[in-house]
Amino acid sequence: MRQDWVYRLSPLRKLFVALALCLAMFGLFISQHPAGFSSNVLNTAANKGALLGLVAMAQTVPVLTAGLDLSVGMVFVLSNCLASSLLAGSSSATALGVLAVLATGLCCGALNGAVVVLGRLQPIIATLATGAIYHGLALWLRPEPGGEVNEDFADFITGSFAGGVPFSLVLLAGVLLLVWLPYRLSVAGRAAYAIGSSEQAAHMSGVPVARAKFLAYVLAGLLASVAGLLLTCLTYSGEANAALGGSYTLNSIAAVVIGGTSLFGGSGGAVGSVVGAFVLRTIGDLLFVFDMDPMWQPLFLGVVLIISVGLGSFRLLRSKNRLELYR
Amino acid sequence: MMARVAASLRRIDKAVLVASGCSVALLAGGALYEPNLLSADYLLQQLQVASFLGVMATGLLLVVLLGHIDLSLPWVVTIGGMMSTSAAGWGALGSALAIPFAVLCGLGIGVVNGVGVAYLRVPSMIFTLGMNAIAQGLMVVHTSGFAPQDHASPAMHFVAVERSILGIPNALWIWLAVAGLTVTLLTRTAFGRRVYAIGNSERAAFLSRVNVKGVVLICFAISGACSAFAGALLAGYSTKAYQAMGDPYLLPAITAVVLGGTSILGGRGTYLGTMSGVIVVTLLSSILSIVQIPEAGRQIIYGVVIIVMLLVYGRGEQVAG
Repeated sequence: MRQDWVYRLSPLRKLFVALALCLAMFGLFISQHPAGFSSNVLNTAANKGALLGLVAMAQTVPVLTAGLDLSVGMVFVLSNCLASSLLAGSSSATALGVLAVLATGLCCGALNGAVVVLGRLQPIIATLATGAIYHGLALWLRPEPGGEVNEDFADFITGSFAGGVPFSLVLLAGVLLLVWLPYRLSVAGRAAYAIGSSEQAAHMSGVPVARAKFLAYVLAGLLASVAGLLLTCLTYSGEANAALGGSYTLNSIAAVVIGGTSLFGGSGGAVGSVVGAFVLRTIGDLLFVFDMDPMWQPLFLGVVLIISVGLGSFRLLRSKNRLELYR
Repeated sequence: MMARVAASLRRIDKAVLVASGCSVALLAGGALYEPNLLSADYLLQQLQVASFLGVMATGLLLVVLLGHIDLSLPWVVTIGGMMSTSAAGWGALGSALAIPFAVLCGLGIGVVNGVGVAYLRVPSMIFTLGMNAIAQGLMVVHTSGFAPQDHASPAMHFVAVERSILGIPNALWIWLAVAGLTVTLLTRTAFGRRVYAIGNSERAAFLSRVNVKGVVLICFAISGACSAFAGALLAGYSTKAYQAMGDPYLLPAITAVVLGGTSILGGRGTYLGTMSGVIVVTLLSSILSIVQIPEAGRQIIYGVVIIVMLLVYGRGEQVAG
C-alpha cells in the first residue's frame, strides 16, 4: 500500500520541492518585511506573481507537447494594448472588451497552432516569427503608451476581498480549476502528454496528434491574453513594450522549468509552473527586503536560476547506465 | 562542362538558393523605390553591417548543429563590447590587447555554458538563459560601481570601420576569414564530422566513441568567443559600448541560422546557408527602414516574410509510422 503511494506521488516530487522553496522564501520575505504581514503586502506580491503565473501557465501547455511558444510574451503585450482601449465605458462595454481581448488571444494562439501543425515548422522559430507579427500589431494599436481603463473594474480585479484574499489569487485558482483541470482530464490534455513522451507512439496509438497540438497553442494564446488583461488592470494603460514581452517569455520558460515541467515534454503541469513563477518573483522581493544594492540584483537572479536548474543534475549520479544520459 | 555546372548546382542547398533569390528580389524591389540601393557603396555598407551578425551567427550555427541553442548571445555580445573598451582604458598594453581580452571573456562564459550543458546535462535553452542573466548582472555591477572607459581603441576602430584593402571594409574581410575557418572546421576535420554526428544522434555518436561532452563544450566555448568578438567589433563600429547593446541581435541571429536551412533540431545545415541567411536578414531590415514603413508594419512584414520563406523549404516531415 505504501509503495503504491510512493509510486503515485513520485511525479509530483519536483512540484513539492518548488512549493516548499516558495513557501520558505515567502516566509522569509514576510518576516523581514518592515510592514510585516498585511493584506497590502500580500496583494502586491500576489498580483506580481499571478501575472507571471498566467504567462507561465500559457507556456506550459506547448512545452508539454515538446514544443515551445516564444510568442507568449508578445500575445501578453498585444492583449495589454488592446485591453487599454477596450476596457473603458460602462460595465457592459467593459465585459464586451474582456471577451474581445480573450478572443484575440485565441486567434493568436490559433495562428501559432496553424503554422506549427499545418505548416510543419519548428515551434521555436515559427513562434519567434509570429511574435514579431504580434509585436507589430501591438505597436500599430498603441504607438505611444497610454489608454483608458474602467477603473472600478480594474480596482476590483487587482484588489482583495474583505478577508484579505487577493482577487488575483482567486483568478489564478479559478483558471487552474476551470480551464487547466478540465483540459488536463480531457482527451486533448492527455494527448498533449502522450505527444510529449513520444509523438510517433502517440500517432500509432490513434491519438489525435494534429488536433491536440493545435489546441495546445490555442490554449497558450488564451491564457497569455488573460495575463494581458490583468496587466492592463494593474497599470491602467497599455504599452507595446518589446522588452517586457521578451522578458516575460524568457521568465515563463524559467518558471516552467523550476516548476518541474520537462522541456523535452511529457511530464509536469501548470500548477508547478504557477509555483515556479511565484518562486521567481519572491526572489526579486527578497533582494528588496534585505536591502541589497539594486545593482547586484540581476546577478543574484541569474545565480539563483543557474543553481536551481543545476541542482537537477544530481539525478545523473543515480543513473546506472551512462547511455541513459544521451538522447 | 554543362553537366559539371549542373552537378555543382545540385550540390548547393535549396535553402541557399531561396535565401539568395530572396536577397536579389529584395534588392530589386527596393531599387524600384530607391535606385541608390544598387550602388556598390550601399551594398558594401550592408555587407559590413552583416559581418557583425555573421560572426555571431557562426558560433550559434555550431551550437544549433549540435541540437542545442545559445540564448546567452545578447549579453555575451555586450560583455565583448564593454570588456574591450574597458581594456582600452588601461594604457597602451590594454589598448593593444582590447580585442583578445574581450574574446577571452566571451570564451570564459562559453566554457561555463558548455560545462552546464555537457556535464550537468541541463537543457541548453534554460542554462544559457541563466548565464545570460549572470552576464547581464556582471555588466551592471561592472558599470555601476565606477564609470569604466567606454570608448573604442584605435585598433577596434580600424578593424570595424576602415577599408584598407581594395576599398572593401575590414569587417567584411574578417567575416570572410571566420567563414573560411568555419567551413574548414565543419567539412574538412574530424571535429566537424563529430558535430554533425552528435546533432543527428547523440546516443549513436557516444556509442561510436565520440567524446560527446568535449565536443559540446568546445562548441559552446567557440559560440561565446564569437559573440564577444562580434561585440568588440560592434563597439568599434559605433565607437562606444553600452548596456544591452546585444539585445537586438538574438532574434536576427537565430533567424539567419534557420533561414539558411539549418535544422533547429541539429545535424543538418551549412555555413554557406547561414551566410545567405545573414545577408537576407540584414537586407530585409535595411530595406524596410529605407522605404519608411512605420515600425509596426516593419515587424509584421518581418514576421510574415520569415514564415513564408520557411514554408517554402523549412517544413518538417509528416509524422508517420
